[in-house]
Amino acid sequence: MVPALLRLLCWSGLRARPLRRCPLGGLAAPVDMAARLRTALLLGSLLVLGACGGEPTRVEQGNRDGVLHVGNGTEPQGLDPHVTTGLPESRIQDTLFEGLVSKDPATLEPVPAVAESWELSADGRTYRFHLRADARWSDGTPLTAEDFRWSWWRALQPAIGNEYAYMIFPIRNAEAYLTGKLTDFDQVGVRVIDPHTLEVELNEPTPYFLQIVDHHSYYPVPRHVIERFGSPTDRFTGWTRPENFIGNGAFTLAEWRLNKHVRVEKNAQYWDADAVQLNAVMFYPTENIVTEERLFRSGQLHATNDLPTDKIPDLRQTMPAQLRLEPYLGSYFYSLNIRREGLDDVRVRKALSLAIDRDAIVDTVMKGVVKTAYSVVPPGTIGYEPPEGLIRFDPVEARRLLAEAGYPEGQGLPPLEILYNTHETHRKIAVAIQQMWKQHLNLDVTMLNQEWKVYLDTRENRDFTISRYAWVGDYVDPNTFLDMWTTDSGNNKTGWGNAEFDDLVLRQIPAMQSHEERLAGFRRAETILLEELPVLPIYIYATKHLVSPSVQGMPQNIMDYISFKRVSLEPSD
Amino acid sequence: MWRFIASRLLQAVPVLITVVTLTFFLVRFAPGGPFDGEKTVLPEVKRALEAQYRLDQPLWSQYLSYWGDLLHGDFGPSFRYPGRSVNELIAAGLPATTELAFYALLVAVVVGMGAGLAAALRPNSWRDYLPMALAMIGICMPTLLLGPLLVLVFGIELEWLPVSGWGDLPGDKILPSLTLGAAYAAYVARLTRGGMLEVLSQDYIRTARAKGLPEAVIIGKHALRGGVIPVVAFLGPAFAGLLCGSFVVETVFQIPGLGRLFVQAAFNRDYTMILGSTVFFAVLIVVFNLASDLLAAWLNPRVRGALRGQS
Repeated sequence: MVPALLRLLCWSGLRARPLRRCPLGGLAAPVDMAARLRTALLLGSLLVLGACGGEPTRVEQGNRDGVLHVGNGTEPQGLDPHVTTGLPESRIQDTLFEGLVSKDPATLEPVPAVAESWELSADGRTYRFHLRADARWSDGTPLTAEDFRWSWWRALQPAIGNEYAYMIFPIRNAEAYLTGKLTDFDQVGVRVIDPHTLEVELNEPTPYFLQIVDHHSYYPVPRHVIERFGSPTDRFTGWTRPENFIGNGAFTLAEWRLNKHVRVEKNAQYWDADAVQLNAVMFYPTENIVTEERLFRSGQLHATNDLPTDKIPDLRQTMPAQLRLEPYLGSYFYSLNIRREGLDDVRVRKALSLAIDRDAIVDTVMKGVVKTAYSVVPPGTIGYEPPEGLIRFDPVEARRLLAEAGYPEGQGLPPLEILYNTHETHRKIAVAIQQMWKQHLNLDVTMLNQEWKVYLDTRENRDFTISRYAWVGDYVDPNTFLDMWTTDSGNNKTGWGNAEFDDLVLRQIPAMQSHEERLAGFRRAETILLEELPVLPIYIYATKHLVSPSVQGMPQNIMDYISFKRVSLEPSD
Repeated sequence: MWRFIASRLLQAVPVLITVVTLTFFLVRFAPGGPFDGEKTVLPEVKRALEAQYRLDQPLWSQYLSYWGDLLHGDFGPSFRYPGRSVNELIAAGLPATTELAFYALLVAVVVGMGAGLAAALRPNSWRDYLPMALAMIGICMPTLLLGPLLVLVFGIELEWLPVSGWGDLPGDKILPSLTLGAAYAAYVARLTRGGMLEVLSQDYIRTARAKGLPEAVIIGKHALRGGVIPVVAFLGPAFAGLLCGSFVVETVFQIPGLGRLFVQAAFNRDYTMILGSTVFFAVLIVVFNLASDLLAAWLNPRVRGALRGQS
């Protein structure tokens, strides 16, 4: 190898000059070596040319074969819908399983899935689902109401470690069953009337129940397969391996190569198989979003999962047709530890909020991709309009309130520290807010950057004064953004509690029947929250995607939900 | 010879015990656990999860049972990927990482020795300064920067090579191998130059020249063998380093290798995976260091003699 390389270095002078003149000539290889080397070089350049020659890109090939290539964030932890918690996992599970109802990707309205129809009782507490007769598992076994009942029993077993089990809690006695207060599953509000009729009884009228019943916690799983591989509550059995997998979705698992891709293929047994236009979907783990963007630009992906914010201004110019920026059902905020001296005074919390120029953060740090948050609940959530005027930028009023609280120009206020987890965006926002508080309130606030799990631990122990936090809605309803601020909620780390707020969110609103009444109730609750300010809303999230023009049937929606059975590929050329 | 190998292997035992023990307790004392997430987990669910992974037992008993499993070659189940064992994850990531490390080593040896020889044969001329300046840049340039730069030039601008992947498209292994190998090539270049210059000033080279041997024979037959000893001694640790240090390249180029799994495991507090890959890497380093010592000994007559005398 070494002589070959030396030969290459003096390639030009090889024939023209005697060997001794070549600076490395001492090691000149025999002639056959030179020939071999030339062949190798030729082959090498052919290899390189092959990569850029007439070969179609993955997207072009996919358009021809009906194979969609999408970036999917991280490697899926698993595919068992009662075990995993992440979005990349649920995106794949959505293709492999189907719940009683699913969502229209344009409107997010519930549409029939395994259940072809359903009725709601007059008191709004009991649903009766009529399952379609032709619903089958991908091995052809009929899918019945008992499959759902058994699957929900499994999802509520503590042993399986289902971190999303709380999604099932709107069903009567589900929570008591999981926590062990009740041991008889027959007391839980799910009843099999006949093989194709399932009755579900709820604790309260839950207007968003049809939205959550297509969450992966509610997906049916194949008992006849799972029990073949061990105990139904064992997290470690191999039933979700491609060679064993059985599902009931529009696609079925074909290949799963760790950190490389997951391939799902059209399921011929699916009841609506005729409507499914894609032959396969390839999901790629793309935790490096810079690489993901390059993959898209080189024709390797039909759609990206995310984009680097810094690239957005450039992409707006260069790829306006492919760039999709849409509001997302997520809120970015700073939560305040109100048990700390200083922050226990609502005037201080208000001063901090009034001194944040949110529009400046959105325009400069976030490049105008996201929207300024004037509330914790994203506006427009099922027609919800948040209270107005409570979140604004008013540095004069901020200074006045701080002085009124006994800390004029920040004098005497115990030190504040912004805690955030390692991420460039979080750092930039923290720097911006730090400067604003210095400029408008004369506060010297420090910053504390922690690695994700350390940050979670610090939050859990409430060992912070001010902490970045965010919440992504589990379903489209203001409730998902408000019930976390009740006094006993595990996600409320602020130490804040308000009896009136708790009563509204936990008792009054769930009993309300009319939509308008509920919205008014949520508005009252959020008014309390924003007047007390244990949390400072900063911005409403947005999704950032590049999508190839050949992709049809993938409308944007606030949940970033993709209904793969409705996606088709139409080559534009 | 055999005594040398045996004693080196024996020395490795306390090293490995220390590695396992330190890693085991360090990851446990790091704040945050494998089941901490953005949303608070129900206490009943968390208890069940902890019981499944034996986290409810006292730490010393977990430590002992970990050793029990380890001695049976079982690294345990992964916390992050339920249903997969750490053995399986390592087996899945190893081929790509090994292949990448091998190509990178090839790049390092071919480019590095070439540049080093070129420099050593004409010291203190531009043929010396140019490759050595490039080598200095190569050593200083982090792969984090070099990778995206190469991608920008050869992937995006010239469109000669794929921007990422491993074995998916023709030529997609070239850029990652170059990126990972570059710093090592630079190091090899400096070692080769140093080694060659030292040998070329030896008496036996002067004798060879005085005898009127052709320069080609002097360099190729007599000087090179002694000159590359430092390089050979470096190759073992280099290969182990390439195997363990490919995380950045694996992430930039989306390569399904071990480095990516290892670092993700640290972020996820996947205790068993962190331990498993640390132990695995430790064994690799011990083995490759030993291998390169043996190779260097074989090349160096003085050490070879000493070894033979021992046995």
